[in-house]
Amino acid sequence: MSQQKEWPLWEVFIRSKQGLDHKHVGSLHAADAEMAIQNARDVYTRRMEGVSIWVVESKHVHASNPDEAGAFFDPANDKVYRHPTFYEVPAEIKNM
Amino acid sequence: MDLHHKPTVDLQGYSPEIRALVYDYTLQLADTSLILGHRLSEWCGHGPILEQDLAMANIALDLIGESRSLYQYAAELEGQGRTEDDLASLRDAVEYKNPLLVEQPNGDFGDTVMRQFLFDGFHFFLLKELQNSPDKGLAGIAAKSFKEASYHVKWSAEWIIRLGDGTEESRRRIQKALDNLWMFSGELYTMTDTEKALAQAGFIPDYSGLLSQWEAHVGKVFAEATLEVPQNVFMQKGGKTGRHSEHLGYLLTELQYLQRAYPGLEW
Amino acid sequence: METIIEKSLEEAFEEKIAKEIRIEPKDWMPEQYRKTLVRQISQHAHSEIVGMLPEGNWITRAPSLKRKAILLSKVQDEAGHGLYLYSAAETLGTSRDQMIADLHSGKAKYSSIFNYPTLSWADIGAIGWLVDGAAIMNQVPLIRTSYGPYARAMVRVCKEESFHQRQGFEIMMSLCNGAPAQKKMAQEAFNRWWWPTLMMFGPKDAESPNTEQSMRWKIKRFTNDELRQRFVDMMVPQAEFLGLTVPDKDLKWNEAKNGYDFGDVDWEEFWNVVKGNGPCNKDRINTRVKAYEEGAWVREAALAHAQKRAAREAANQAK
Repeated sequence: MSQQKEWPLWEVFIRSKQGLDHKHVGSLHAADAEMAIQNARDVYTRRMEGVSIWVVESKHVHASNPDEAGAFFDPANDKVYRHPTFYEVPAEIKNM
Repeated sequence: MDLHHKPTVDLQGYSPEIRALVYDYTLQLADTSLILGHRLSEWCGHGPILEQDLAMANIALDLIGESRSLYQYAAELEGQGRTEDDLASLRDAVEYKNPLLVEQPNGDFGDTVMRQFLFDGFHFFLLKELQNSPDKGLAGIAAKSFKEASYHVKWSAEWIIRLGDGTEESRRRIQKALDNLWMFSGELYTMTDTEKALAQAGFIPDYSGLLSQWEAHVGKVFAEATLEVPQNVFMQKGGKTGRHSEHLGYLLTELQYLQRAYPGLEW
Repeated sequence: METIIEKSLEEAFEEKIAKEIRIEPKDWMPEQYRKTLVRQISQHAHSEIVGMLPEGNWITRAPSLKRKAILLSKVQDEAGHGLYLYSAAETLGTSRDQMIADLHSGKAKYSSIFNYPTLSWADIGAIGWLVDGAAIMNQVPLIRTSYGPYARAMVRVCKEESFHQRQGFEIMMSLCNGAPAQKKMAQEAFNRWWWPTLMMFGPKDAESPNTEQSMRWKIKRFTNDELRQRFVDMMVPQAEFLGLTVPDKDLKWNEAKNGYDFGDVDWEEFWNVVKGNGPCNKDRINTRVKAYEEGAWVREAALAHAQKRAAREAANQAK
């Protein structure tokens, strides 16, 4: 019962300035979404760190499984042809 | 380090009477923000949850910052070489001009939230108008503080609703806070001679206009919070003219301690 | 299929540590590593929260409005640091409520320095300068600690902490350059805080049971004695600059080790304060418990309101 009394945990994402992505900065407790946004403002933007805030209740975040990291991410290792540096461009060709 | 707005104003053209009135009024606003900021700062380290400790400290910092700008401006208007700290620390309780509401003790979190809520609405609507004052000093400070007050008004209103429409205990506590503090709300809108003269001269708004906006705001929030405004309450007043509750003396004893114990030193 | 996992989980973990690859919340980790982290991070968080109290004492008595604003924002930062750290510890599966319960029951510890009282305004300067100075020395290496969320929290903490020490030093400077009464206040505070600050680095290496494993797992990056020596070497010249006398008759420059020799900490006092016999242990915990208990109805109300509101919204959508 005592565990039930704790305010839910929220993950906080902040856009540090216009044009940049929201970035995960940490978490906090709040009773509801509105309060979570305000708490995020009070906790994570005291030094002008942000212009926009997202919050999402932690229990709604679904994550990939670290045990499957090999299966998930290693197969991308040998796809070097996806990167521009894979290709040779003659020195005379500019702006490519 | 000092990021606060430093008002500069062309005082030419003010009659000594107007200048004295603006000084008096600026000091009143400064005292009000300082005393409330001081009260909120007493919560630091003792809040109901860390996140709200941070929130209350932010509001306190806004108010103390506002009071500093106002004291600096008042000192400038006075032109006697006094500093913000002279004005805050070397005046006795009878010289303080804050309304009674803001000096009331913190009580429980509900009392603090209610005191804040009753004040925030007043502060918000006043600053909104003061930004247009022909007095550039007041207008400048009001413009900066208005943004801060816009956040405060949201914070306190939401807490009134949460506590009113929360548990049985929270409703009982916040209703009691309202019952106890309502009698101090009238003074906010009871205009002193200084305020009347300045309103007449067009420097500050007439408070009757502010009052109707405030009543609408407060009424809406109380309705959502399922709270009842006490009826037929005799409104207290006197703070703005130096007649305070007993609480202020103790508050100033702490606030002024070092400046009084070691006169004239730099810290 | 079984050939996919060639190394045991433990080996994979140790390999990451060796390669300075951060451990993240959902990664496998030895139970003892998890326990050590929860203990250290929550202890660190508790220190921030309890640490608000001695300094918070002086917010209402700060000597100027500027100092009041600075001190309030500093103590507020400590609340923030506590919050970042509790959050980091929560990623290890322990709730904040559980950690707070352990603090209140005395099961969890916090930095003993906060069991000393703040008796004059100069204490605020001394705490910022000495205590935050020592804290920074302990904390900066933690930016490279092996557990990701802890390291990230520490980046934020250290960034914010840097103003704390400077404001403390500035207070000391104003006092030392001020009237004789102020200078005296500064020396008196320095005398009281010097030794407890040296205790902040913890027991001697020989008597620190957790150090070796923590170093191996790269949770800790320097030993207690290493950090203590560095601190003394850094602070003595600063005290000289302020014109303060270090309250240690054994303090002497040692050319050979390129550092100071200094007297032994009163370890009996140290262990007593750790065990709860410091001048303020009971006050500090009672104050925290009181704040927590008196806030219970507020926390419950907010939750109840959120549930009511969610139920109403759900009902409206069903219509």
